[in-house]
Amino acid sequence: MSDAPEVKPPVVTPVRVVIALCLVAPFVAMLWVGSYAKIDPTFIGIPFFYWYQMLWVLISTALTMIAYKLWQRDQRARGTQGGGAAQ
Amino acid sequence: MNDGVNGVALGVFIFFFLAVTVLGFLAARWRKAENEHSLDEWGLGGRSFGTWVTWFLLGGDLYTAYTFVAVPAAIYAAGAAGFFAVPYTILIYPLIFTFLPRLWSVSHRHGYVTTSDFVRGRFGSKGLSLAVALTGILATMPYIALQLVGIQAVLDVMGVGGGENTNWFVKDLPLLLAFGVLAAYTYSSGLRAPALIAFVKDTLIYIVIAVAIIYIPIKLGGFDDIFAKAGDAFAQTNPATGAPRGALAPPEAGQWTYATLALGSALALFMYPHSITATLSSRSREVIRRNTTILPLYSLMLGLLGLLGFMAIAAGIKVSNGQLAIPQLFEDMFPAWFAGVAFAAIGIGALVPAAIMSIAAANLFTRNIYKDFINPHATAEQETRISKIVSLLVKVGALVFVLTMDKTVAINFQLLGGIWILQTFPALVGGLFTRWFHRWALLAGWAVGMVYGTVAAYGVASPTQKHFGGSAEEIPGIGEIGYIGTTAFVLNVLVTVVLTFVLKAVKAPEGVDETSPDDYTADAGAPGVQVELPPATAGAGR
Repeated sequence: MSDAPEVKPPVVTPVRVVIALCLVAPFVAMLWVGSYAKIDPTFIGIPFFYWYQMLWVLISTALTMIAYKLWQRDQRARGTQGGGAAQ
Repeated sequence: MNDGVNGVALGVFIFFFLAVTVLGFLAARWRKAENEHSLDEWGLGGRSFGTWVTWFLLGGDLYTAYTFVAVPAAIYAAGAAGFFAVPYTILIYPLIFTFLPRLWSVSHRHGYVTTSDFVRGRFGSKGLSLAVALTGILATMPYIALQLVGIQAVLDVMGVGGGENTNWFVKDLPLLLAFGVLAAYTYSSGLRAPALIAFVKDTLIYIVIAVAIIYIPIKLGGFDDIFAKAGDAFAQTNPATGAPRGALAPPEAGQWTYATLALGSALALFMYPHSITATLSSRSREVIRRNTTILPLYSLMLGLLGLLGFMAIAAGIKVSNGQLAIPQLFEDMFPAWFAGVAFAAIGIGALVPAAIMSIAAANLFTRNIYKDFINPHATAEQETRISKIVSLLVKVGALVFVLTMDKTVAINFQLLGGIWILQTFPALVGGLFTRWFHRWALLAGWAVGMVYGTVAAYGVASPTQKHFGGSAEEIPGIGEIGYIGTTAFVLNVLVTVVLTFVLKAVKAPEGVDETSPDDYTADAGAPGVQVELPPATAGAGR
């Protein structure tokens, strides 16, 4: 109901699907605790459980950055096609 | 732990504390605006902060005594279960990437300073707006209380706090003093004080973490040794419960708890008035998105700090109150002067967020309770004065939490606040994306969530406490143990959705929506977007 009425490019595009995947991936990875609740393999003595989650800090940062860049490009493309750039 | 006062550490600590206090008073002059008596000015720093200041400001209130004291203490006490704070902070960023820019835009179009402002404008409901405001103020208090517990832990370890035998006034005197300083400079400088001090705080913290994470493991013989010792310690049976004390990886039974704690906390964080304050004081919506890509640096820090909990075990730290584990570790491991620096980092790291939180709660009260219900024709000066007074009262409320509640599991303060604040999520985030929800359904959902959450939390007993002893409880219908906040949130959403269908069917009045779809995507420079002093805020007309 908050959609703008004017004609504009389709709301769902491949780029936007990729953005959504980038943003959803950390949720899947982190909430699936069973996938990483173990000690081995350790990394410099740190159990898997801990270093894996810290690694995900970096992975999710990278994913958010990708989403940000793609979003910027998406908005620019829409801006040149005329009409309001809507989210 | 009370082996006398650590003079050098205390000296260094006091030096930094004084330096920061002076900074706080000077901050009033920093980037001074023409109208210092407006609430916008005192409460949002004039809404002119760029990426880096916003980053420090957000970091300043996201990473707090929670990070340094409560999380490592939870890990010290129970192992893996306390590490949920890391996935929690990971999940925040994709989440805010999606909705905060929309909130920024609509707020700058309509001059909203608080979440309640938005909810009232969007749903045309004063009742819903009041509910959001009250929840925000209530939930902020235990969170501020956690900061005070952090400062208290540091003072205790330095030997200032007095032992169990001294009377309560002597014991809590340093706490009250620290509290007084905080109150005074927040009162005079508003948001500018914490923003400037956040630079000092973060610099200190980075230095301390870098040193701690390299120096302490080397001293303790590497991570292999640390985790071997921690594993042994956790395997021992806890006489109070008859079960092992903790684990290095969560057992099957603890995984639901782990996931729901992480998810619930992540959803809750940006409902807090103070996180919203920091967001709205940024210059543009781009600043916010850009920030979501650099803020995770703090999460890394949080993970590393969490590992300190294991180091405290390996170093043989034995404290009756888990909150003292990390300060005690610093005192044992570091030379006295650097322990002082570390204590200052923790102390200031608790002070800054406490200031930001109390300002945000005060803004909420003034705009959405005082102005809406008590004195609709308040002048700008009156508004600012009320805000300043309320910011003091909120801190006093927090002090009450500290002095009356059990402090051995400080992380529960934050989780209790989370249970409450999470119940405003459907109205706020739901409202940012759709007008489908009915305002009365949202109010009913909120009420159900609040009541369930409070009752469930009240019913949790711990070895030291009869009520409010924890934040996890069996999830009805699933049978696993989960975070009460998440369960209450799900209930809240269910009630909201069902009642929305019902209310729409009987054509209950929807209320007036004063926003339009393009309000949610406007950026700085777009027509109608006020960067500073929007007309809806009193004081702009002077």
